[in-house]
Amino acid sequence: MSVTHAAPPPRARREGRKALLWMSPWLIGFAVFFVYPLVATAYFSFHRYDLFTLEFTGLDNYRYFFHDDRAWISIRNTLWLVVFMVPAQVLFGLAVAQLLTRLKAGAGFFRTVFYLPSLVPLVAGTVSFVFLMNPSGPLNQIIEFFGIAAPDWFGDRDWAKPGLTLLAMWGIGNTMMIFLAALLDVPKHLYEAAAIDGAGGWRQFRSITLPMISPVLMFSTVTGVIYALQYFTQAMIASRVAAGVTDSPGSSFVPGYPEMSTLTLPQWLFHAGFRDFSMGYACVLALLLFAASMIFTLVLLRQFRAFTDDEGGNR
Amino acid sequence: MHRRFLIPATAALTAAALTACTAGKESAPALGAQPKPSSSASASLPAVAIELWHGFSAPAEVKAFEDAVAGFRQKFPQITVKLVKGVQDDQITQAVRGGKAPDVASSFTTDNVAQWCKSGTFQDLTPVIRQDGIDLSVLPEASRSYTEFDGRRCVMPLLADAYGLYYNKALMKGAQPPKTLSELTELTKKLTVRDADGTIKVAGFIPSFEYYENTASHLAPMVGAKWYNPDGTSAIGSDPAWKRLLQWQKELVDWYGYDKLDKFRKSLGQEWSADHPFYKGKVAMVLDGEWRNAMIANEAEDLEYGTAPLPVADDKPDLYGSGFTAGTVIGVPKGAKNPQAAWELVKYLTTDTAALVTLSNALRNVPTTKASLESPDLKKDANFQTFIDIFSHPRTSTMPSSVNSTFNQEAIQEFMHQWEKGSVKDIDAGLAGVDKRVNDKLKLSGG
Repeated sequence: MSVTHAAPPPRARREGRKALLWMSPWLIGFAVFFVYPLVATAYFSFHRYDLFTLEFTGLDNYRYFFHDDRAWISIRNTLWLVVFMVPAQVLFGLAVAQLLTRLKAGAGFFRTVFYLPSLVPLVAGTVSFVFLMNPSGPLNQIIEFFGIAAPDWFGDRDWAKPGLTLLAMWGIGNTMMIFLAALLDVPKHLYEAAAIDGAGGWRQFRSITLPMISPVLMFSTVTGVIYALQYFTQAMIASRVAAGVTDSPGSSFVPGYPEMSTLTLPQWLFHAGFRDFSMGYACVLALLLFAASMIFTLVLLRQFRAFTDDEGGNR
Repeated sequence: MHRRFLIPATAALTAAALTACTAGKESAPALGAQPKPSSSASASLPAVAIELWHGFSAPAEVKAFEDAVAGFRQKFPQITVKLVKGVQDDQITQAVRGGKAPDVASSFTTDNVAQWCKSGTFQDLTPVIRQDGIDLSVLPEASRSYTEFDGRRCVMPLLADAYGLYYNKALMKGAQPPKTLSELTELTKKLTVRDADGTIKVAGFIPSFEYYENTASHLAPMVGAKWYNPDGTSAIGSDPAWKRLLQWQKELVDWYGYDKLDKFRKSLGQEWSADHPFYKGKVAMVLDGEWRNAMIANEAEDLEYGTAPLPVADDKPDLYGSGFTAGTVIGVPKGAKNPQAAWELVKYLTTDTAALVTLSNALRNVPTTKASLESPDLKKDANFQTFIDIFSHPRTSTMPSSVNSTFNQEAIQEFMHQWEKGSVKDIDAGLAGVDKRVNDKLKLSGG
């Protein structure tokens, strides 16, 4: 038995074509800059590819991944950043923004002060941060002034990632501005009504502020996670400066100083592809990074949706 | 109906697009395909403009290169040479991939030579070397070795680096430089100055593998350690020389105390600055390259110092006088528009005595050919002569060519850091682990 489909009416077809035509710049961009690189990455991941010659090797690159110690170290480090650095950045950004909304005077000045670090180029900011936090630097002198043993931030594997987290918190200007805009957008009368009902500061924050700014919170967290998964420049610069390898043309530098503690997945991916000429294997790492970004984003979106639904029900 | 064609057509287009970006364009003539000048008539080459990319960037270095090329311009006035400074290896690789290769490219490191030879990034020079009757025995064995891979000579040595021992005469207090590792240990202990609490004020010698030039490749020749077996697999776990080097080093690190040595090391000035600890009298003896002579002349001219070959394993005294060498390499990349003119420039810079001496005198690197090493025009004092002797020594070695050269050096260095810190309980198992990493990577790279 055959089923005949009715052809769409000519007007609908014309509309469809018109929509496609209007969307074509985006569609072309999406195909060229997303679909093609993704398909190419998947294709190369099944090959031995040294940037010049291509040889099909099946699953060899994938098998190698499972016993590549450095890949696993870099994954652990990257996850650490996702779990600790992202919340620290988001919470600090939110706290600073919240504080700025309370200021009666000088708010403009403090907004500028907190925003300024995000204008500093990443490399320059990282280099100065490493010098600021070096064993005999000003930060450690202040810490030691209070009789506390100061850590060797970027020279000690236990302190290097917390050091990078402090660097990230220093540069929360953009996150802070977005939170500030969201907080100022919360209608005042909601707080007034809650206050009349006897709600305290925490209760107001929990039941009014958080639900009202939850889309911004979600945006900051998702972009923060994606940013952490792509964390490269600061870790690489900090490790090189701390290791004293700032200018050594032609010398090979083991990334992740000290003791692989700052080796992130994007760094290892870059190293595999462009230093070791194992681009096929680097493509496996790139696919893994892409999958991780997708999974984290989907999970976070679900969690936030559940949270906002829950808060909506409570209201 | 049209879908029947659409799917295969899309697949074919995708495959074509994917494979299209795996290699550079092939339209340029290959080396040897263009007319060559007769030995008596260099003017027989056509008038062309060629581009040379090099990594030097300091004004004095750039000028030295200009001066060296001036002789070529006199010999081939019809060839215009444009020099592009400050180019790194990544840029060369990407330019070749993108079909925008320069005619001639030079690199500071030999780490990528094997990969460049294997992938054809640089053209095989063997046919033109043979055609022009160049006798490669004018180069020491080590220099010949680091410029070829698997029978393909795709680059030539331009200038070389040799590594030896620098010592501060005032801190040595009349002692002679050590010739064996035992003597180095003994002298280090004698020359080290500490506070009552053990804080190091002056170190005799810093044995840390994290200290500046104390890399695996530079230290291996001191004990004659081998990197690879004849089949290309790692020999690190099976050659006892590596274990001997590590044990000697750990013994000295433990004498200092790892934490104290680490704190002292981290308090020192940068390697490439005027605050270098050797200039400041913080370290009596250091392992360094010949280029440190020029840096001392510029940054610490009053320093009284001497140079000597590196001390060697006690049971291998015949190694004394040798050391590690590598250097700047130069070749004709795939896709060079004027490969014959490019080769003439490479040949001139790497075999012409006047060109090599000009470069060496200005950059204070070791010239590579026997004639240039013996040239009366080569500026040399006793300290620089040490490195010429090390470079010329028959036992002097280099990092053997490998497609995973960088990875393999990092694998052993990573292990060495763990070892010196005391995190390795079983040295044999640790070295076997390095072997496994190197061999797994070798398999991934196709041998």
